[in-house]
Amino acid sequence: MTPGLIVFFIIGTIAVASSILVIGMRNPVHSALFLLLTFLCVAVLFVMKAAEFVAAVQVLVYAGGIMVLFLFVVMLINVRHLPDEKVLSRFWKGGFAVGLAVFILFATVVRPGVYHDPVGSEQQLRTSYRNVRRKSDHKLVRRGTVVGNSEAVGMALYRDYLVPFEVASLFLLVAMIGAIVIGKRELTALEEETAPEFILEKVETEKDVKEAMSA
Amino acid sequence: MPSTEAYLMLSGTLFAVGLIGVIIRRNMITVLMAIELMLNAVNINLVAFSHRLSSLDGQVFAIFIITVAAGEAAVGLAIIIQLYRLKSTVNVDEARELHG
Repeated sequence: MTPGLIVFFIIGTIAVASSILVIGMRNPVHSALFLLLTFLCVAVLFVMKAAEFVAAVQVLVYAGGIMVLFLFVVMLINVRHLPDEKVLSRFWKGGFAVGLAVFILFATVVRPGVYHDPVGSEQQLRTSYRNVRRKSDHKLVRRGTVVGNSEAVGMALYRDYLVPFEVASLFLLVAMIGAIVIGKRELTALEEETAPEFILEKVETEKDVKEAMSA
Repeated sequence: MPSTEAYLMLSGTLFAVGLIGVIIRRNMITVLMAIELMLNAVNINLVAFSHRLSSLDGQVFAIFIITVAAGEAAVGLAIIIQLYRLKSTVNVDEARELHG
């Protein structure tokens, strides 16, 4: 039993246990904190498979960004918890059955020994960026300058996957605008009385714009 | 070094847990968290195969999945906030306006 295997079993056990607690907790804040623990464990697993950049992105985006968003929303909507309120939906038996069936299906497909002969070595992975076409790129590869995981992933992202990369940036812009538009609130009558003048002017212009667009 | 099958089994377990969470929970925020769990399980698969095949494509796909998960969480949480303003609940079963 190598140290890597021991670390894998410990981290994997923590990840599975905390993921079960995510869907088992009553309070969404507890669920969010256990989800954070799961994300961190998964980041450790990424590091063990020589994917340091993905692990860093996992910690930054998931643990840093998405978790804060979740906690914000949990605090914002402030759901009151009645002690006798049901946590499970009506379909909980079917849900357990479907989940178990998917797991058994997966376990039968991925028997131990199916993916034998592991060829992956870290050195090979880092210098695996070889599908270059121009001569200047060949020089770069021959010098062996692609040494780190971040550098190799950056090369792949900005050359082979340049168009999907730009589409992803556009997707993020659309998602941001959509979240703002969906999440913003219309003013009630009372708030319109007490709101300062400049906000009301803005609301008026928004109404004008809407009318002009629908006309 | 743990084998690829060990990683696949772990990610299958996480995916099954996420799927169960999506189906059985009534709180919409927890459902969204379970979806994030499933996306993470897929990322584990991609990174494991990236290492197994000595190709960076899996890691690039994992980064794209993280991007899409971020956008999905933002829009989903905005929808949950709006639904809470409308119905004063985040229960999945209560959102049945189209039910007739």
